[in-house]
Amino acid sequence: MGKMDNLQYPDEMGRFGSFGGRYVAETLMPPILELEAAYTEAKSDPAFISELDDFFTHYVGRPSPLYFAERLTNYIRTENNGNAAKIYFKRDELNHTGAHKINNCRGQILLAKRMGKTRIIAETGAGQHGVATATVAARFGLECIVYMGATDIVRQKPNVFRMRLLGAEVRAVHSGTATLKDAMNEALRDWVTNVGDTFYCIGTVAGPHPYPAMVRDFQAIIGREAKAQILEREGRLPDAVVACIGGGSNAMGLFHEFVPETSVRLIGVEAAGKGVKSGLHAASLTGGTPGVLHGNRTYLLQDEDGQIKDAHSISAGLDYPGIGPEHAYLHDIGRAEYVSATDDEALEAFQLCARLEGILPALEPSHAIPRTLDLAKEIGKDGLMIMNMCGRGDKDVFTIADALGEHISEGTDG
Amino acid sequence: MTHRIDTTFSTLKAQNKAAFVAYIMGGDPDRETSQTVLKALPDNGVDIIELGMPFTDPAADGPTIEEAGLRSLKAGTTLTTVLEMAKAFRHTNDTTPIIIMGYCNPVHHMGYENFAKAAKASGVDGAIIVDLPPEEDMDLRTAFEQQDLALIRLATPTTDDKRLPRVVQGTKGFVYYVSVAGITGKALGQQAAVSDAVSRIKKASGLPVVVGFGVKTPQQAKAIAKEADGVVVGSAIVKTLHEDGPEAALALVKSLADATHSA
Repeated sequence: MGKMDNLQYPDEMGRFGSFGGRYVAETLMPPILELEAAYTEAKSDPAFISELDDFFTHYVGRPSPLYFAERLTNYIRTENNGNAAKIYFKRDELNHTGAHKINNCRGQILLAKRMGKTRIIAETGAGQHGVATATVAARFGLECIVYMGATDIVRQKPNVFRMRLLGAEVRAVHSGTATLKDAMNEALRDWVTNVGDTFYCIGTVAGPHPYPAMVRDFQAIIGREAKAQILEREGRLPDAVVACIGGGSNAMGLFHEFVPETSVRLIGVEAAGKGVKSGLHAASLTGGTPGVLHGNRTYLLQDEDGQIKDAHSISAGLDYPGIGPEHAYLHDIGRAEYVSATDDEALEAFQLCARLEGILPALEPSHAIPRTLDLAKEIGKDGLMIMNMCGRGDKDVFTIADALGEHISEGTDG
Repeated sequence: MTHRIDTTFSTLKAQNKAAFVAYIMGGDPDRETSQTVLKALPDNGVDIIELGMPFTDPAADGPTIEEAGLRSLKAGTTLTTVLEMAKAFRHTNDTTPIIIMGYCNPVHHMGYENFAKAAKASGVDGAIIVDLPPEEDMDLRTAFEQQDLALIRLATPTTDDKRLPRVVQGTKGFVYYVSVAGITGKALGQQAAVSDAVSRIKKASGLPVVVGFGVKTPQQAKAIAKEADGVVVGSAIVKTLHEDGPEAALALVKSLADATHSA
């Protein structure tokens, strides 16, 4: 079984190959260097690790189960004359707050407390990272401000209300396309203005070094658990692991443990919106080119003049014109494969998963399902696959009802 | 070319004056108006011009500059358009330095060497790339050095003594001190702190130090001019141009320049 050597990345400049780095205004350089030093120290401190583990066990509810999606497997086997791989779901949607995001928030907020920061800021798209940040901030008594695009506030109303119930202040961002990238711009503006007491809790494996590596490390528990669980259940490694990608934190969390295991295919599924050819999509690797945004060099959706293009996806959590730099690197060296799924495919998969497995997936992992099914056929009946069910779909019911032409509540205009 | 910048500062120094540095967003609200304003800046007392190149996601700017950039983009401005504006300006002026100011991605997309060559050919003297700190600017700096262009660095209130040598090493022309930790167009930093920072940076860099971010009125410009080698005003000019038109903007420029020069 092949093993990859040379996993010494990012380098000391925060580079994954030619991607990553620290493209920030000078005002933010000292705080990100301070953060890097604090994180380097914390991650080798047994007290930090044990506090994190304790929280995962007793508050988040880890380990999340590895679940054999039997009826989905049977469905695809029936469709393909019995020839399709066995599909497992890594059930990170069962975490407290309903997504994988809390794994990272706890890590960062524990670090914030160590650094003496009292004010937590975050950006959010679907609201899952915002809810997770607000939850952990409430639990540890810290002030929390969440920036969210005005467009996303409309389509993710339940999460906006949840954040407010948790005591966070949700600030609407109206600039640009009023989605995740604009929320991130605004959070950076807040941070640059309040560097003294503020900790910026970034929700994905993007941003300036050390965020991509740090968020990956906090999310890597997904893959560590999944690997141990599949070895216990099946006695061998899977043939492929699959995850949806916006910025790419759940995918990096699942992939990280498997990167050195070259027999395991790593599959990332980007949001193709109305189709990559239509131009209305959020598939940065499939349809983008390298550039610099939000502190890192990575693949971006941009025009011929280097201006950032609007992303489009039915899923607010995937609606981002960039991707984490480590994914850009894994893409370029050919270690991971990146494919995409459209809005319509995700909607169809959502319904299929609900009826066959009794699980309402979030719109984000709904994108991973159709490609998981394709791959199950390709790999064949002796194969084993793990798909990260990284979030639950309760937050999306209004969007889905709207897309299906059903009216389920007064006052939903999203 | 760095010599236009050096000549400007030495000429002003001989007259015991601080430089007045004006920022406008290239192509805001459209190419023609912006070109007219650009051309008129030196006659209204501007010693150095910062010509903004628009970007969709200006995370270090406040709403005034952000909206100006979006207007400019909507009018069809590209990085090439901004360089063409500089080139057109050089037809009538060969002495006032032009510094291109903006974000990394459009420059990265054009290619650092291509940008350096195009900037040189357009009569540009230097650039400030806001999201390209010393840790990341080596490739552009090398390209600029080959063309004798100044890559100007920013120092900020968070740049402490330990970091300052890294920030000033390899910078040319002048150092831009951002008076306050924050975005463009907000409040000005405390005068005493600004004075202290300017002397620290001058000592470390041996270069002129200009101060910006938050300077809005002639009184503020005059006060800063007493402490620094130059005063930068951006948002106030951009805002006046947008709300009251070119004449009002140029009148503001003149009053700011006069105040700066009288300090």
